[in-house]
Amino acid sequence: MTRRILISVFLLGAAAGLAHGETVAVRGDWVYPGNGPAIPDGVVLIENGKVVRVGPAGEVAIPAGVQVYSGAVVTPGLIDAHATLGTSGIMNSNAAQGASGQDQDQLETSGPIQPELRAVDAYNAREELVDWARSLGVTTAHTGHGPGALVSGQTAIVKLRGNTVDEALFDPERPVEMIAMTLGTSVIRNFRSPGSRPKAIAMVRAELLKARAYAEKRKNADVEKRPGRDLKMEILADLLDKKIRALVTAQTATDILGAIRLGQEFGYDWVLDGAADAHQLLAEIKAAGVPVLLHPTMTRAVGDLKNASFTTAAKLAEAGIPFALQSGFEGYVPKTRLVLFEAAMLVAHGMSTERALQTITADAAKILRIDGRVGSLAAGKDADLVIFDGDPFEYTSHVCGVLIDGVAVREQCR
Amino acid sequence: MKSLRIAVGLLAAGLAGASPGRAEEAVAFRGATVYPVAGPRIPNATLVVSGGKVVAVGPTDAVVIPPGAVVHDLTGRVVIPGLVDTHTHLSGAGGADQSTALDPTVRQIDGVDIRSPQFLKALSGGITTVNQMSGSGHLMSGQTVYLKLRRAGTRVEDWLLCADPAKDVCGGMKMANGTNSMGDPPFPGSRAKSAALARDLFIKAQEYQKKVKAAGKDAGKLPDRDLGMDALVEILEGRRIVHFHSHRHDDILTAVRLGKEFGFTPVIHHGSESGRVAAELAAAGVPVSLTVVDSPGGKEEALHVRWENAKELRDAGVAVAINTDDWITDSRLLLRSAAYTVRAGLSPEEALLALTLAPARMLGLGDRVGSLEPGKDADFVVLSGEPFAVRSLVQETWVEGKKVFDRTEPADLLVADGGTGAFDGIGEVHLDGEDGR
Repeated sequence: MTRRILISVFLLGAAAGLAHGETVAVRGDWVYPGNGPAIPDGVVLIENGKVVRVGPAGEVAIPAGVQVYSGAVVTPGLIDAHATLGTSGIMNSNAAQGASGQDQDQLETSGPIQPELRAVDAYNAREELVDWARSLGVTTAHTGHGPGALVSGQTAIVKLRGNTVDEALFDPERPVEMIAMTLGTSVIRNFRSPGSRPKAIAMVRAELLKARAYAEKRKNADVEKRPGRDLKMEILADLLDKKIRALVTAQTATDILGAIRLGQEFGYDWVLDGAADAHQLLAEIKAAGVPVLLHPTMTRAVGDLKNASFTTAAKLAEAGIPFALQSGFEGYVPKTRLVLFEAAMLVAHGMSTERALQTITADAAKILRIDGRVGSLAAGKDADLVIFDGDPFEYTSHVCGVLIDGVAVREQCR
Repeated sequence: MKSLRIAVGLLAAGLAGASPGRAEEAVAFRGATVYPVAGPRIPNATLVVSGGKVVAVGPTDAVVIPPGAVVHDLTGRVVIPGLVDTHTHLSGAGGADQSTALDPTVRQIDGVDIRSPQFLKALSGGITTVNQMSGSGHLMSGQTVYLKLRRAGTRVEDWLLCADPAKDVCGGMKMANGTNSMGDPPFPGSRAKSAALARDLFIKAQEYQKKVKAAGKDAGKLPDRDLGMDALVEILEGRRIVHFHSHRHDDILTAVRLGKEFGFTPVIHHGSESGRVAAELAAAGVPVSLTVVDSPGGKEEALHVRWENAKELRDAGVAVAINTDDWITDSRLLLRSAAYTVRAGLSPEEALLALTLAPARMLGLGDRVGSLEPGKDADFVVLSGEPFAVRSLVQETWVEGKKVFDRTEPADLLVADGGTGAFDGIGEVHLDGEDGR
């Protein structure tokens, strides 16, 4: 595809890349703000990388001289609520398994509990799949360590921009978003111990009990009595002190209930991830008050995910459980999924375009607690937008433009 | 159009007149938009089926429905031929083992469990004919088997498209090159070695073939029977098709070169970089069955996989099919895979051809399946809308005039949409990447 979005400049203006600080307008036959009904012939006005006005063209005048991007449909930048983008690369090359290269940094198998592993030390902003996801509308991703260990490491939220992790971080002050935990068969297969589900839970509990003691000690008024630094304990103590949350991947009903039990015992904030059997436990999940980052809609229905259903999202919606979609982790071909396509499956199975779009925009932002800045198009929000040449969820439509912080990062159709 | 009307009328009338008993079993499907693939789209069409075969298809006002035929009203629906999947690994039949890199003796027919819910999964995606393949970790991983997903039956024999598996050619031969088939000896350690091992085997087959020919009717002069050589001679004689897993552009040309040397035309499978050698493939008359995925990568060979391959091959004049390679893609979503080639430049008609008649021809079954025309198997799919629209769902799948998937049946819906118990009983499947690495 070499078609480009229609770019018009009302007066003389720079034809190529926009510098931060300029005024830009985006106009769509339909503008989906992400948190309300679509606006026909809508305009999004952008200044200094932020949205300043959104409304019908009749109400929002486009100032003379500004660059205008236009297309059939405009949506907020898509949010991938849980990915391994930038940490699990396109080559699928794992030196620990004998490969000549190494681009699989989402999982370390030297030990089952390693919360000290940081996302910032793993994320490659120039990874090819980051560009692939961006070309298909993803502007923000919650990524980092993946599933497969009791505690595999930390996650972070990034914008799909920049050449370094520092440029990519959604909030430079917040390099740690969650601790990635997994309960289920994969952990049992990846490690000699735990060798069973009860052992897995026992190991996590033991570690959290230690962390609880550490958290108490580090609050000691007497600096001398505080414990020495311990990377593992520091981050787990942050979890128990609710500075960060846990992302607990659990697919089977047993594992989901185990995750709920752990959360209740230790009282930390957490997000249920995967949740293939969620349709069996709607009441329990709702009672636990935990949001769900649902497995990719089209995930392969095998192993712990064998009960996965295209209709789970609709059931979560009906039950009033907050949820968002994700690309998750892929260990072979294709190397990543795209949330745009995963959400399209919800439309295929009867969900409205607006509601399905929310699962990869506004709802994802809310669960990730970044809705103050992204996930919808409103004054004051980051100017992250996607321009389509048709219904965003039709397979045969194209993403023809992507803006992040008001800057066009993609102008070709795919 | 007039001649079509007469021909259809005569055919239907002849059928009704000749045998009232057969006319009674005729079934007509009226009112749908039909894509026969053999011809242009027909709005408000009528399809008449009898004895498992299509007997008539055309505009409703031009098709005579035999007296006594059961009539189904499909107004508002869209009907397409049953999809033909040239490359699937449903039911996990396995294939060659680690004892050799080239094993023409092993047959998929000896490993298929037709009771696996995986086959209902394929039917729920509109797939009615499959080429059940062994894996790609070998240069030659064995004989594939072509199956009609008839749903009823207890033995794999009930689903074959051949009459006698002991005598007939019931499938193709799976070959591969590139990195998948490399390993420690006896597996090759390089591309050139891969080609040399394959050539060596085909030369042996040529010699075996010569001995058989020289023996003529003198049984005493026949070489000792060799199962592998028998299958390879079928390839040399053009009776067994080679299905060649090949991704990188140069590996694809190596497969073409091998075919040229030994006088066969392979079907290239996956073809991740086939667009790069489209002109060469066109010149050699080699077709390509693409696996269409959501992103590139996952292994070195798939770094450059692109949706545009289909268009580039079409532009060059190469026959294109689209396969599932299930579990790489989900058999329920084959229409969706093809839609991405429309996204990247194919017309919907071309994409539909790539799911039906084109793959049927790649299996040597083009005279029997892949399009809706009189005399062909009555395999078709009833959709709720246009084939490549996101909101279109498979409502019914029919094989040889029998309904084998119905979205309104709870057991069928469970497999179509997934859910508790949908895939129980498929055995322990362990996939690459399932453990998060």
